[in-house]
Amino acid sequence: MNRRLPPAARWLLHRAVGAVLVLWGAASLAFLVLHLVPGDPVTTLLGASATDSAALRQEILREYRLDDPLAVQYAAFLGRLATGDLGSSYQQQQPVSLIIGEQLGDTAQLSLSALVLLVAGALVTAAATAGRRRRVRGAVSGAELVAVSTPAFWLGIVLLTVFSFRLNLFPVAGAGDWRSLVLPVVTLAVPFGSLLAQVLREGMEAALHQPFALTARSRGLSGTALRLRHALRHAAVPAVTLSGWLAGGLLGGTVMVETVFARPGLGRVALDAISNRDIPVVVGLVLLSAAVYLVVNAFADLLCLWADPRLRSPA
Amino acid sequence: MTSPPTEAAIARPSFVPLRERLATFRPGLLLSVAVLVVAALACVAPGLLAPASPTDADPVAALLPPGGEHWFGTDQLGRDVYARVVHGARHSLLLGVGATALGVLVGLLIGLPSALLGRFADQVAMRSMDVMLALPELLLALLVIAVVGPSSVNAALAIAVSSVPGYARLVRGQAQVVRRAEYIRSAIGLGLRRRTVVLRHVVPNTLGPLVVPATLGVGTAIIAGSALSFLGLGPKAPTPEWGAMLAQGRDALQSAWWIAVFPGAAITLSVVAVTVVGRQLHIGLEGRPGR
Repeated sequence: MNRRLPPAARWLLHRAVGAVLVLWGAASLAFLVLHLVPGDPVTTLLGASATDSAALRQEILREYRLDDPLAVQYAAFLGRLATGDLGSSYQQQQPVSLIIGEQLGDTAQLSLSALVLLVAGALVTAAATAGRRRRVRGAVSGAELVAVSTPAFWLGIVLLTVFSFRLNLFPVAGAGDWRSLVLPVVTLAVPFGSLLAQVLREGMEAALHQPFALTARSRGLSGTALRLRHALRHAAVPAVTLSGWLAGGLLGGTVMVETVFARPGLGRVALDAISNRDIPVVVGLVLLSAAVYLVVNAFADLLCLWADPRLRSPA
Repeated sequence: MTSPPTEAAIARPSFVPLRERLATFRPGLLLSVAVLVVAALACVAPGLLAPASPTDADPVAALLPPGGEHWFGTDQLGRDVYARVVHGARHSLLLGVGATALGVLVGLLIGLPSALLGRFADQVAMRSMDVMLALPELLLALLVIAVVGPSSVNAALAIAVSSVPGYARLVRGQAQVVRRAEYIRSAIGLGLRRRTVVLRHVVPNTLGPLVVPATLGVGTAIIAGSALSFLGLGPKAPTPEWGAMLAQGRDALQSAWWIAVFPGAAITLSVVAVTVVGRQLHIGLEGRPGR
């Protein structure tokens, strides 16, 4: 049936169907997993309220329809999701979209700032060191190896020790002005940026060894221009294919960084919701991360097509 | 790649120029192997490296800075941080190795049928892996912990689950290549049973190329495992696990940096060592990348 569609529309359709399937799968996974958890959501719902009576428990069971068979609950859950209703948190008695929306800003600020820093840092190091003398490359790639192998939460602790407790340059915890953002952003950016720099440099070195590099040089192009105009573009494709993984890594990383720096954000919400079995919140977070991953991957594919025209012809 | 062997090289002269010697000498690799040997020793016999007890509290000697008596200082309860780091190797490193082994095994159990059993099995398996890949690894691990509860073994299980999609895809890709190979057709042509062909020929040839990613995966798993412990979702309190020690040190950072800094350095050092060895394996097995 989609024989008649133009390739772009077919691509989009294929993408959309795949995305819906992944979102459905992710939501079902979270729903089923949390129903497997031993324990009782009613206790969560009762929360701190002192009155714990059988009648009250019955009422909660009925109100949240927790006494229905699992299949019925699942169908109702999917039906609500289809209309965009994420439900209400068991713990805070607030709509999930509100809880996530409130904390989204802090996490987005942290992860997007880290993204900008790590991409810029990786581009600069890779462009400056690709194909350079052995000793320079060796020193830089050694430093990158250590940075990649450093757990982000430990890096955060070391930065806190040096810059907050010794030098008093940055606040120890919390979120506020830009000064409280510096250390968390660096913590999050360094491990991922180093990995990206490694991939970029490998791609650039492969490009610099290709015949076209020699041709460009013999045409009179300067070494710097060759790096920036041609080699970087070649190296972009393998680096961009990492974006989906990078998005997931940054989101996961915010959980750790927010814990170390005692910052508000979705990472804290996630830890809280999972330990308290707050199913609607967990499902909301799972859907959000899956959606971020899908959008980032779609953009990454488009970016690859732009960077490498050879990919555009149908295989 | 190195230049083709010249006559001089074939004749193996007794005098090798210093430059060439330096080119083959890899201090990083040597050092990494040494680190791994010490780490293995710490796992098997921690008492040899650190005679002090990792769990005996001594309130009088609390929060002592690093010095002659306590090399890495003492923590809030007066426990020797050096002894705790050495004894912690067993928990942190075995968690990484165990999680990787389990991840590869489950990856094999999903990837093999996916490649061998036809289109339907393949679609079901790979679409499920797509769903898991769409979630951050840490979130996936947290979901597993939510079901099975926090403990050492469960942390390994959670890390393993979050690494399964990657390994399953690798296995599937490799098995698809292997199943079309000449020797598999020969084996079938010789009349071997399907099960025998899979177990004796497909599985070993699929696992071979997994050695390098799995080695590098151990490093990732060590970090992920210590992250879970750091969040309080790993082994229980007195256990000297590196991630848990970091969390404990986080609370005393202002007065005692050493409690958190040394176990973190141990994590970084082991992961660097594992990665260097993994890369060397890669170069040895498949040649230098990008050349």
